[in-house]
Amino acid sequence: MSVTFVLPGQLRPLAGGRSTVALERDVSSVAEALDALRADYPHVYDRILNERRELRPHVNVFVGMDDIRWSGGLGAPVPEGSEVVILPSVSGG
Amino acid sequence: MPDSPTGLRAGEGDVVLMVGTMKGAFLFRSPGARDSWEADGPHFPGEEVFAAALDQRNGRRALWMAPTNPHFGATLRRSDDLGASWSAQEERPVKFPEESGLSVERIWQIRPSRESEPDRLFLGVEPTCLFESDDGGDTWVPTPGFLEHEHRERWTPGGGGLCMHTIVLHPTEPERMLVAFSTGGVYGTDDGGASWSPRNSGVRAEFLPDKHPEFGQCVHKVVHHPDRPERLFLQNHWGLYRSDDWAETWQDIANGVPSDFGFAMAMHPTDPDTVYIVPLESDGFRCTPEAKLRVYRTRDAGASWEALTEGLPQESAYETVLRDALDTDAAGPAGVYFGTRSGRVYASRDDGDSWALVAEGLPPVVCVKAAVLA
Repeated sequence: MSVTFVLPGQLRPLAGGRSTVALERDVSSVAEALDALRADYPHVYDRILNERRELRPHVNVFVGMDDIRWSGGLGAPVPEGSEVVILPSVSGG
Repeated sequence: MPDSPTGLRAGEGDVVLMVGTMKGAFLFRSPGARDSWEADGPHFPGEEVFAAALDQRNGRRALWMAPTNPHFGATLRRSDDLGASWSAQEERPVKFPEESGLSVERIWQIRPSRESEPDRLFLGVEPTCLFESDDGGDTWVPTPGFLEHEHRERWTPGGGGLCMHTIVLHPTEPERMLVAFSTGGVYGTDDGGASWSPRNSGVRAEFLPDKHPEFGQCVHKVVHHPDRPERLFLQNHWGLYRSDDWAETWQDIANGVPSDFGFAMAMHPTDPDTVYIVPLESDGFRCTPEAKLRVYRTRDAGASWEALTEGLPQESAYETVLRDALDTDAAGPAGVYFGTRSGRVYASRDDGDSWALVAEGLPPVVCVKAAVLA
């Protein structure tokens, strides 16, 4: 079982410069995938979720093309071989 | 200004300005005469920098800044070479414990402790809490007596968030300190942070049915001079106050100001009777009254205030100066500095008698801190 995280430019320095991080883990949800990410890349995890284990309000997470805000939140399923894409939102001024 | 920051090349006696904005931080250096300024920045481009401090205790020259990335959260960075390099981006050392149910949204204040405690520092954060470090800033923990305070559920955020923006240390009694936050007001401890009680007697809360609650005031800033330990000055969300008994009681000192609404307040470095403010018209129109940019100064502890206008625009100046965007340096005569939401930074090198523009065109300024390099 594997899941691959795709990271935005701002987070790549926290993952050794990598744009993608592949994890060989058994995960069934976004929350489990993020826990797996935390084990290897805790500083990346810190920027995606806050201390309350909530998704930061201006960070978007997609499983494939689906925004998890509309597909179950952190409980959204992560099928085998999925890409989990992390993107900053377009908020700001 | 260079396209990318290189840090300041500065030496003993130079004055350094740390300017935090909504889109990064800028550094300025001047020789002791303070008649010209070199700029460096932006540091942390795109990130909000609400707090900065230069810790020169024990032979250090540690420059601290607290950038908040609008997407990825708040952190604390340190430079030991005036901005040429910064501590690792990976570190995010200021966090609430998961079981607290809180998350650090922004760091509002960085306060090195007394000279006698050279490895101790404090932070004020949003949502309101005091953090402390006893190892020179490497690790941080929230002060338990404040984190678990029984009033926490009843504190509510002001327009800027539930922010702890002021940390006042008693200069000679290490068990005593005060903090202030919006909204909640002033709280004090006499037992080194184990317990905290409200200290708002006399401070009004215009926005509540009860104008004088025990707590819940929207205090914007408190300043203090170590030579007069029991005396404090307070800029409130409506109201200017002085306390002569370490915040047990507060008296109104809004004598001759165009408005007692404002955010910023700064203490003169050597004269405990001299304080600076920048009044704003109202909470509904948070701009300088009559479109005149005026700093007000008292030299008699609030018995009277005088407008300082030389070198400042006196027409079409709809400016806002926020709570941490006014500061003084420790030179003589004192340097006084402030920044505006319109991205201008002004400096005075004569106690505020006259002013000159240091920079314009910056992003909105939210923090100005000044220091003379040891």
